[in-house]
Amino acid sequence: MPGSLLDALWLVPALPLAGFVLNGALALTRPGAKRAVSLIGVGVLLLAFAAAAGAVVGFARLPSGEPVVQRYWEWLPVGDLQVHFALQLDRLSAVMILVVTGVGALIHLFSVGYMHDDPGYARYFAYLNLFVFFMLMLVLGASFPVMFVGWEGVGLCSYLLIGFWFNEQINADAGKKAFIVNRIGDVGFLVAMLLLFRATGSLDFGVVFSRAAGTFPPGGALITAITLFLFLGCTGKSAQIPLYTWLPDAMQGPTPVSALIHAATMVTAGVYLVARCGVLFALAPVASAVVAGVGALTALFAATIALKQWDIKRVLAYSTISQLGYMFLGVGTGAHAAGIFHLATHAFFKALLFLGSGSVIHALHHAYHATHAHDDAQDMRNMGGLRHQLPWTASLMWIATLAISGLPPLAGFFSKDEILSAAFAQGAVRPIWYAFWAMGIAAALLTAFYMTRLMLYTFHGPKRTGEDARAHLHEAPWVMTGPLVALGGLTLAGGALNVSPLFGGGTWLHRWLEPVTAAADRLQPAVELSRATEWALVLGAVAVAALGIFGALRLLKPEALVPARLAPPETGLGRVLWKKWYVDELYDAVLVRPVMWLSREVLWKVVDARLVDGLLVNGSAVASRALGWVGSRLQTGEVGFYVVLFVIGVLAVLGAAVR
Amino acid sequence: MLLGPALLVSAVLFALGVAGVLLRRNAIVIFMCVELMLNAVNLTFVALAQRLGVAGQVFVFFVMAVAAAEAAVGLAIILAIYRHRQTLNLQNINLLKG
Repeated sequence: MPGSLLDALWLVPALPLAGFVLNGALALTRPGAKRAVSLIGVGVLLLAFAAAAGAVVGFARLPSGEPVVQRYWEWLPVGDLQVHFALQLDRLSAVMILVVTGVGALIHLFSVGYMHDDPGYARYFAYLNLFVFFMLMLVLGASFPVMFVGWEGVGLCSYLLIGFWFNEQINADAGKKAFIVNRIGDVGFLVAMLLLFRATGSLDFGVVFSRAAGTFPPGGALITAITLFLFLGCTGKSAQIPLYTWLPDAMQGPTPVSALIHAATMVTAGVYLVARCGVLFALAPVASAVVAGVGALTALFAATIALKQWDIKRVLAYSTISQLGYMFLGVGTGAHAAGIFHLATHAFFKALLFLGSGSVIHALHHAYHATHAHDDAQDMRNMGGLRHQLPWTASLMWIATLAISGLPPLAGFFSKDEILSAAFAQGAVRPIWYAFWAMGIAAALLTAFYMTRLMLYTFHGPKRTGEDARAHLHEAPWVMTGPLVALGGLTLAGGALNVSPLFGGGTWLHRWLEPVTAAADRLQPAVELSRATEWALVLGAVAVAALGIFGALRLLKPEALVPARLAPPETGLGRVLWKKWYVDELYDAVLVRPVMWLSREVLWKVVDARLVDGLLVNGSAVASRALGWVGSRLQTGEVGFYVVLFVIGVLAVLGAAVR
Repeated sequence: MLLGPALLVSAVLFALGVAGVLLRRNAIVIFMCVELMLNAVNLTFVALAQRLGVAGQVFVFFVMAVAAAEAAVGLAIILAIYRHRQTLNLQNINLLKG
């Protein structure tokens, strides 16, 4: 029985792919068939979740806990390189496929309500199904190339969905930005893959990781380079410094897309990759420190920007970047289970926050549509007091806010606490980790502050919506609130996955992931903390979170806010934060403009116009015309001349023959 | 016997034909020179047939048959050209100039 459930592993990615094909066909032929599209789009996800759950149950019944690799066909047989198209189910990918299909199914269901009136309904679901397919390929691939296919595929779907409403320039630009920035990271992934092949002679996960310890001396230059290149890929996909700038712009896509791709699943691919390659990173202490340091710095940096954003989705976008930083701090510290734990809980509460904000935007958008207003439906200055109209959304989002802030007993508390404790413990071995831990704590303070700010401005205080618009505000239909409630439940209970022994728990997830992380743990042993220190850390973290929340409640005055179109410009530090530390402007000046200048003035006007077009294309035309002119002088049109030539030719041939 | 003089005559006739084709401008004269060359070749065939067997004489009939056909087609073309251009001077007929 377990075997047969596992044999159906291919169904898990195949179902969303079938959904993409069917919905894609409907989008081309009958875009109005919304009922069929919803049925297919949500149905394949539910079935995929069932298949994934079945496969995981089948896997859990196996006695060994060793990875199960299913080979389907030979994909790239090139000389020494033998890449099979193979899927691998182990305990890490088991967690990932459950999160991807589970949260994915809820978000698909939410989309049925959110996108209902959109003319591109079928196209939307086709893209969304395709994304889930690629994401499952990413986490189920048994080798680097198969994973890379998924890695690139989710990037493609991200691009398609960010620019979903492509008839507005800003959306199309945001899609392009995401795609191009991700390409920079993908180069790193590719280089790392090729270096790994050269060093170990294989690209299968199992082979590479088992040979790694024998091939690479710990802390060697090669393994450090490989892991740093891998991490470059992660900074692109998972929006870390310095490649994070695409994620806030990605909020131009539909809100459920932000929830699924840009919060819960795709952006966590980098964390998954580092956890998957834990052995390699454990062999390269410098690279691990870079991962943890970049993570901690990103967590703090993004949190400062989130303090001053007015667009509700941008706050959540920077919050996502910040939380991803925590995950990298975890996996960089070697606490892979903690990083994956935070990945899972973050998927729950961040998806809830995004879908909640989608519910708010949906309500405001409808109200503006009814009253023909043209205000920004995403600007928090235009909201206020919405808890009366959207009671379900408000209370569920409060749960998620308390979870992300790290208050017990919600999901975020356990996962964030575990990461920070691991970082603090690592400080005893390598003191730089104390600095990372301090940054993490500071980010936690800011997180509690900006999330409370978001809730205050959106749901509390005076109502800044127009009087007539307010009459049209109402809670979303059940297809939208239902997934919110489900995610709320997960946010409340998700922490139970991995309760630390401090609170009498058994760290279930930690033990579940043991076979995957054991090899890395042996190389980079975790540092034990005393009970008293752990209690102090936990209480400190909770105190910081509470301080952030109460600070926001005391300091912020929703009464003083005015609607966006009346708001005065920001000044001082607030303006710097509102402008996102001018990082986009910096990149524009340092990278984008020089590249554009080089492309326009040198590559286009000199290389292309002069060299390629002028010399090569027109030059060969001129040369052949000149040759033709010489030849055409022989064509006098006079028969006599031809005869003369003919006779001369005959004489020449005869002369040669006689001689 | 007499092979040498016979070949000499045919060579002279052939050279006259070539010279005529090269030097004259009138299409009909050129045409006649071509016939002259053909007949020079015929004379060679007949002369050599004495030594080399009867095949040369048989070839002469083929050449005469082809020459007759060529005369029919060639004269028709010349007539057509004359109807179009009112002249047979080949210097004026140079539509194939490149």
